[in-house]
Amino acid sequence: MEIGLGHYLTVAACLFTLGIFGIFLNRKNVIVILMSVELMLLAVNINLVAFSYFLQDLTGQVFALFILTVAAAEAAIGLAIIVVYYRNRGSIDVDDINMMKG
Amino acid sequence: MIAAIFFYLFAILSVISAVMVISARNPVHAVLFLILTFFNAAGLFVLLSAEFLALLLIIVYVGAVAVLFLFVVMMLDVDFAELKAGFIKNAPVGALIGGVVLIELVALFIAHGFEIGASGAVQTAVPSTGSGLDNTTALGLVLYTKYVYFFQAAGLILLVAMIGAIVLTLRHKEGVKRQSIPAQVARNPKTAIEVIQVPSGGAILPTAEGKG
Repeated sequence: MEIGLGHYLTVAACLFTLGIFGIFLNRKNVIVILMSVELMLLAVNINLVAFSYFLQDLTGQVFALFILTVAAAEAAIGLAIIVVYYRNRGSIDVDDINMMKG
Repeated sequence: MIAAIFFYLFAILSVISAVMVISARNPVHAVLFLILTFFNAAGLFVLLSAEFLALLLIIVYVGAVAVLFLFVVMMLDVDFAELKAGFIKNAPVGALIGGVVLIELVALFIAHGFEIGASGAVQTAVPSTGSGLDNTTALGLVLYTKYVYFFQAAGLILLVAMIGAIVLTLRHKEGVKRQSIPAQVARNPKTAIEVIQVPSGGAILPTAEGKG
């Protein structure tokens, strides 16, 4: 029973699809949407590391490291925006975010 | 054989916990399942002999990002049951779009095949094995030489994120008394002492603007 590249790509595809599904399933809750985005970034990381292993090329791991950095920064900024928004409006419902509708 | 067993263990657990992340009623449970997903992904990274990234995933995600999520979920007093209202209504749209993406990915895999070409096709490949280096050393050798500008840019991104988060959430509350050392040092007898002539038999009540 040999585990090949396809197995890892399948897991990553499942995680990515679940991330997209989660965004649509929890359309009102910003926190769960952010968690779904983290799931999608994790799927991309699994893809990069799997290709890095099967191509015997370290570049994939280097870029997975950078994606990790950007994901951490994005989570910090996103949660800060949620905290500020909750302070102003008393709710984190996505449907309430319509002040800039024009 | 052992590797295959562990691969299926980590893969199935990560997918199941990802399902729980998006379907949990309580967002605290969702964050805890997110942590479980990251742990299993770290296991997959170890199987792919990317030990440094696996430990980094645990330190950065479980230690920092997931704890940040937990803080925010517990700090905000939100009625999460109300936010779940459109759960069933939105499910068909999500299932449609998710299904389309999954079918596209599967079709791509079937059309292109799981086999990858010989690594000789990659001109600028950085070999990950050989010469007896462990994963961390090899990663450091390439990260600080070939990708040093990317590394600096990543540091800049983290700096910007830190300053941005502080600027966004910092606020000065009204009515909180704070010690002001320059104001204390600048006091002199003229502003600190008030000489009042008390009439004989009378009394002076302290006024609101008194220096105290």
